[in-house]
Amino acid sequence: MEIPYTITARPDTGLFNAKLGVWLFLTSEVMLFGALFTTYILLRVGAPTWPHGELDVPLATLNTAVLITSSITMVMAWASLVLKEWKKHKLYLAATILLGVAFLVIKAFEYGHHFAEGELPNKSTFLAIYFTLTGLHGLHVIGGMIVNSYLFFMGGKMWKTQPERFTNRIEVAGLYWHFVDLVWIFLFPVLYLL
Amino acid sequence: MSTNHSSHTLEAVPHVDLHPHEELPFWRKYIFSTDHKVIGIQYGITSLIFLFFGFSLMMLMRWQLAYPGEALPILGKLFGDERMPDGIMLPEFYNQLGAMHGTIMVFLGVVPLAVGAFGNYVVPLQIGAPDMAFPKLNMASYWAYFTGGIVMLASFFIPGGSAQSGWTSYPPLSDVTVPGLWGGQTWWLIGMVFLISSSLLGSMNFIVTIIQLRTKGLTFMRLPFFVWAQFVTSFLLLLAFPPLEAAGVLQLMDRVAGTSFFLPSGLMVSGQILPNTGGGNPLLWQHLFWFLAHPEVYVLILPALGIVAEIIANNTRKPLWGYKSLVFAVIFLGFMSFIVWAHHMFLTGMGTAISAFFQTTTMIISIPSVIILSALFISLHGGSIRFNTPMLFALAFLPMFGIGGLTGLPLGLAASDIPLHDTYYVIGHFHYVVAPGTIFGLFAGIYYWFPKITGRRMNEKLGKIHFWGSFVCMNLIFFPMLIQGLAGVSRRLYDGGQQYAHAQSVLYLNEVMSIAAWVMAIFQLFFIVNFFWSRRKGEKVSANVWEATTLEWAATTSPPLAHGNFSKIPEVHHGPYEYSVPGQVKDYLPQNELAKA
Repeated sequence: MEIPYTITARPDTGLFNAKLGVWLFLTSEVMLFGALFTTYILLRVGAPTWPHGELDVPLATLNTAVLITSSITMVMAWASLVLKEWKKHKLYLAATILLGVAFLVIKAFEYGHHFAEGELPNKSTFLAIYFTLTGLHGLHVIGGMIVNSYLFFMGGKMWKTQPERFTNRIEVAGLYWHFVDLVWIFLFPVLYLL
Repeated sequence: MSTNHSSHTLEAVPHVDLHPHEELPFWRKYIFSTDHKVIGIQYGITSLIFLFFGFSLMMLMRWQLAYPGEALPILGKLFGDERMPDGIMLPEFYNQLGAMHGTIMVFLGVVPLAVGAFGNYVVPLQIGAPDMAFPKLNMASYWAYFTGGIVMLASFFIPGGSAQSGWTSYPPLSDVTVPGLWGGQTWWLIGMVFLISSSLLGSMNFIVTIIQLRTKGLTFMRLPFFVWAQFVTSFLLLLAFPPLEAAGVLQLMDRVAGTSFFLPSGLMVSGQILPNTGGGNPLLWQHLFWFLAHPEVYVLILPALGIVAEIIANNTRKPLWGYKSLVFAVIFLGFMSFIVWAHHMFLTGMGTAISAFFQTTTMIISIPSVIILSALFISLHGGSIRFNTPMLFALAFLPMFGIGGLTGLPLGLAASDIPLHDTYYVIGHFHYVVAPGTIFGLFAGIYYWFPKITGRRMNEKLGKIHFWGSFVCMNLIFFPMLIQGLAGVSRRLYDGGQQYAHAQSVLYLNEVMSIAAWVMAIFQLFFIVNFFWSRRKGEKVSANVWEATTLEWAATTSPPLAHGNFSKIPEVHHGPYEYSVPGQVKDYLPQNELAKA
């Protein structure tokens, strides 16, 4: 016996199961990052001085652009499926994954620079919260890339047998990917600019 | 809601049967199973073992409290020189036992039993669903829980021993005790990450299942109260656990990467200033921890309230009194539980304005609790009550939870909390809520749903011995704690308060409590024997042994595996507790049967 509403939406809620599931997951993620941002505020308010200009703003601006672009390609990957354009979908999904790689490479350069200067998490409260927040965000990026890569390589087979279900999967992965992007949109000003 | 509701969209493509009906190999069917009933049973067995293990830790501690510094005969030698040299318990080992007793009972025992086991087994059946919405995530949830449990157990055997800073893990103590990867506290944190992931997967799954998979005709106001309780519980788990995960990550950074999130500047440890950068805030941990741990209290209690409501309605043979008030009260309770956390922190110096706010919200949250308890009490009025074992546990739950709740009020008021904080009064209070409260509710549930799972009833005589023995012992253990606490005896004392003049008049109670705890262990043997004996030899009963109305009793005994609970998905025609409806042939009207005109 199959489980209802894995593919089509339940009429009275207007949602298929996984879509509701991912929204719930994201609310939980909001609570996770919310707690960390609260920590940041509390530590900063309690600190006698707070360092400015220790981080590389141009590099982070570039990274912001990379991640926002990847969000756009992710939407396009989903939209192409809705329009039944499989090749375009493959292209956009590949672009999303590669932009994720680009983000991590740029981030690795930034980290490497800090490590070379001896700026480790245990050197100051600022660096501690910087590494914790960006590190956790980085793990979320990696998680999203694993999901997207699965859908690109192995998961794509489903398109032939259950196209609607596969479209749903891309939509759900996209919702998560936008959230990861959104977290960075908050992290960037909070850590680099303010 | 027929089984082929989605097939019209799939007609263009070849039909793919995702769940073939040929026999699965043993390990897919019973070990790495995706069936909610098997997973529920896995949760149930594992958590019962953890409950007994956590109880055993406490029985060991009770020896030290009753007879401080005396060698434990026979067993004492088994624990080795680094824990109990010559059978005499070291203070460090006592602290490990205390910290792990709390952790294991809450996170590995009661919650997995209440939510993981009962929720998984009963909720899909009660809403007429073929399975949980995400069977694979469900399996992942169990195995994350299992891994977390193994990490917690393994931490006893690493060089520094397990976590020893209390189940609350307050820094700076938890930050600086045996730092690094080989400190028990680090393992505690890693274990917690697994447990948090497990409950995240579980709670998402429950919410989606309850919203999406309710059968035709089962509107929200027709849900059994147990489903409502699980629904609200899942929201608490979903939203309250992540801040503890954040706090866990920060503490892990403090312990492994040398940061100072929870370490203030100029902190002295063993007479020396700690080399860390400082600038951190120990209160931050308390806020993040209690932001989880207060809702967690309701996670512990709500499923038990749900079970008790089911059993009371069934055994009074009349509808629950005030079903709607119960539902709205439980929703309001869930909401309020997020804004009461700092009543655990009145003594931290966070300021009177904040204390005033949190004591007000705490008084407000007692209103829905009282509504629920009152509605359950009033439900008894005028019923012709069947006093079977599940009902005895359910009935005992009411006054025990009542004592637990009422003793909480003085702790919720900032002024009266000052003398009571961190005394045995607190221990007595929350154990009344959780032990004779929640655990009685859970026992009631086991006796009640055992026939659904196995097709056999548990033995009534053994059940009644188990009940009366536990009932008496529970009160002999926990009531003296209230007395000791009012005398000012602090919790977490290695010698049970021997060195304090103010504790002398109530010291004799330590021995009373310890003996009661050990006797209670003997009464649990009646349960264990009953459990295994009834599994094989218990009285065979019909699929609806209690003549109940909710949907799980419309399924066959031990419903078939592989995502198929019902041969035909039932349709619901009325509310959950239609007992003694006038003009009907039977005194109960199942939700899926039409009333006789």
